[in-house]
Amino acid sequence: MSDTVKLTIDHMDVEVPRGTTVLEAARELGLRIPTLCHLEGVHQQGVCRVCVVELEGRPNLLASCVLEAANGMRVRTNSMRVLRARNTVFELMLSDHHKDCLGCDRNTDCELQELAMHLGVDAERFAEDLAAPRMLDISSQSLVRDSGKCILCRRCVSVCEQVQTVGTIGVQERGSASSVAPAFVGLGDAVCVNCGQCAAVCPVNAIFERDHVHPVEEAIIDPAKHVVVQTAPAIRAAIGETQGMPAGSLVTGQLVTALKMMGFDAVFDTNWSADLTILEEGMELLARLKRAVADGDSSVALPMMTSCSPGWVKFLEHFYPDLTDNLSTAKSPQQMLGTVIKTYYAQNLGLQPEDIVVVSVMPCTAKKFEASRPEMTDSGVRDVDYVVTTRELGRMIRKNGLDFANLPAGEFDDPLGRSSGAADIFANSGGVMEAALRTVHEVVTGRELPFANLHVTDLMDIEGVREVAVTFEDVTEDYSWLEGVTAKLAVTSGLGNARELMDRVSSGQAEYHFIEVMGCPGGCIGGGGQPRPTTDAVRRQRFAAICAEDEGKPLRKSHENPLIDRIYADFLGEPNSHKAHELLHTHYVARDAY
Amino acid sequence: MTPGNPLKIAAQGCHCEELSEEQKFERLDEILAIYREQPGSLINCLYVAQTIFGHLPDPVLAHVARRLGVPTARVTGVASFYSFFSRQPRGRHTIKVCLGTACYVRGGREIMEVLVRDLGIKAGETTEDGQYTLEVVRCVGACALAPVVLGDDETFRRVRPTKVSEILARFAPSATPSAAPAPVKEVV
Ligand code: SF4
Ligand code: SF4
Ligand code: SF4
Ligand code: FES
Ligand code: FES
Repeated sequence: MSDTVKLTIDHMDVEVPRGTTVLEAARELGLRIPTLCHLEGVHQQGVCRVCVVELEGRPNLLASCVLEAANGMRVRTNSMRVLRARNTVFELMLSDHHKDCLGCDRNTDCELQELAMHLGVDAERFAEDLAAPRMLDISSQSLVRDSGKCILCRRCVSVCEQVQTVGTIGVQERGSASSVAPAFVGLGDAVCVNCGQCAAVCPVNAIFERDHVHPVEEAIIDPAKHVVVQTAPAIRAAIGETQGMPAGSLVTGQLVTALKMMGFDAVFDTNWSADLTILEEGMELLARLKRAVADGDSSVALPMMTSCSPGWVKFLEHFYPDLTDNLSTAKSPQQMLGTVIKTYYAQNLGLQPEDIVVVSVMPCTAKKFEASRPEMTDSGVRDVDYVVTTRELGRMIRKNGLDFANLPAGEFDDPLGRSSGAADIFANSGGVMEAALRTVHEVVTGRELPFANLHVTDLMDIEGVREVAVTFEDVTEDYSWLEGVTAKLAVTSGLGNARELMDRVSSGQAEYHFIEVMGCPGGCIGGGGQPRPTTDAVRRQRFAAICAEDEGKPLRKSHENPLIDRIYADFLGEPNSHKAHELLHTHYVARDAY
Repeated sequence: MTPGNPLKIAAQGCHCEELSEEQKFERLDEILAIYREQPGSLINCLYVAQTIFGHLPDPVLAHVARRLGVPTARVTGVASFYSFFSRQPRGRHTIKVCLGTACYVRGGREIMEVLVRDLGIKAGETTEDGQYTLEVVRCVGACALAPVVLGDDETFRRVRPTKVSEILARFAPSATPSAAPAPVKEVV
């Protein structure tokens, strides 16, 4: 059997590999069949029927996105029948859609609008006739659902159930009464980890992040408030996309300048607290290993697992509540910095925590939930007040009229703005592990992590589960108990992968010392709050930008950051000190999975 | 153990109405344990659950999800997709009024109005004493005899509004009137 098939599409011959869909085969011919629900690698179910074609010998029109090309097929993509059917499908969709484009956050970034342009449809023709009353679900700290905008494409259902294996939302009822919703309650009370992957794939404004832009704007205007902003590692490699720049543009300097021009009183870097996290988490790992290896204490919770991704943390709390002791007690960098700003920094300035508003810019919708957790108030008030996503910051930059790409490069403010390259790679899946190893290996052996360019081979990537083993040799005296010990490590991203890994860990099939999990596929560079679209190609471009930022830094290891030394000397004492525990560590809760 | 036919196990000798809530959940669990390892058995399980509980209240749906390890949103999705499943408690008797075109123009609408007034409920609801569920159907294929009303398995033809009370009388409250079922709580 030959590996290719030959068919004709609109009278043109084309030969494509077996297994290709008619939609893809048409693309080979430079023919763009319109699609809407189809999303490569995520959702391929032929739901919306926008992409129908006529196949000779078949009475019904067929969805080309799920129709496999076969030898001898004669396909028409532009016959009268096809065009009529396509327009009818689209008309029905539009009549059941709340079309307030001018007031809609997706205006000019909307796949339904794009389709309208492609089809040349005059939206004014279609009166609105919502089949069911419009429902706004504002129960979640992270996300809002607007049923009036939902076109029932089901991408969100696929990503939530298949990619993330959470299954929060599904299609309820049927026919004109159908809706995409959780089982009984709003998103905020359902089993949802707030990862925002649903919002990232939604073609319209039917699932989106809960707005924090307006309260931030008000805080900036309020003269009584000292408003401080922090930006996550992944923002510098993605915010450019919201301003028309290509994926993978590294724009750290413009980002800082934009934030200063918007009127923030200080611009700090979540990277700084990523370095701090490495010191706290690295020392915690060594302490756990010591109890297990040197003291033979079998009650130690190993493998230790990273705790910086709030989607992952809530996933574990829901589905593996028995493993929450394995999570590092170290807070995420966002929360560490919030606490440090409202304690150490506030004291230096003679301010009360109430006078300060901490805003963070995150690639993540789950960070909004994390900031709202009752545990996150160690400064005496809420440690992080508002969290805007990369997309929300993009909107703010536009509102401020900034010509982003051409802004001069700015510098983060001291004392919470400088960071090592190890902090940058927190944005990439595998980066937290690598950053921890750069420090832990050097602390234990006195020598640099023995890998070319400090990158552990095959650790950072956007796919699957990666495992590495690192053996400690010629250790320093303090760590003689680690001599010859091989640390087994695993890294993954995306909650479907995490579930597989956790099933192996909890059944005892796999044994590790340390595991890094990021809730979103690829890590924070693919977060649920990042610019749309986030395809694998885009993930890889952002990934490379982050690696370039790391490699371009004079300091590549967290423990070399002089400003981290300074806060331990001035304020915290030493890593895992009593004070550090009070301010920088947290605890977790067990939650129900149904 | 060979499972046998769980559907039959559930239906046979169920006497479900006499069971306590807890016993109903136990009974359901026996069946779910058999199905747990079989993918694609959700519909069967919901069928069993409806046989035991009479309808599918939310706590029962949550329970099925938990025991099968299937997301709750998928379970409620299936339960609300098939008209065979009912998420509301059902009365002892179901009165269906045809509102297909023929029945509608020949007085179906008036019949519905009378039923709504006399029973004090809307279509899709169940009377408080648990006796009647009122439903709308669209054309049952007996247009020549319109307007048509179905009472449980019986068909009433060319119904006049004045005859509605007679029809209801045939399904007079049974000897053991039962109050509307108390809300079900999930027993884990
Ligand atoms: S989702 Fe798109 S089409 Fe709908 S109102 Fe918003 S911008 Fe317009
Ligand atoms: S935020 Fe994540 S878990 Fe929640 S509904 Fe969306 S995809 Fe599912
Ligand atoms: S919420 Fe968005 S992604 Fe989900 S079905 Fe509706 S339109 Fe599609
Ligand atoms: S794009 Fe093919 S059916 Fe929706
Ligand atoms: S319309 Fe009622 S039976 Fe046909």
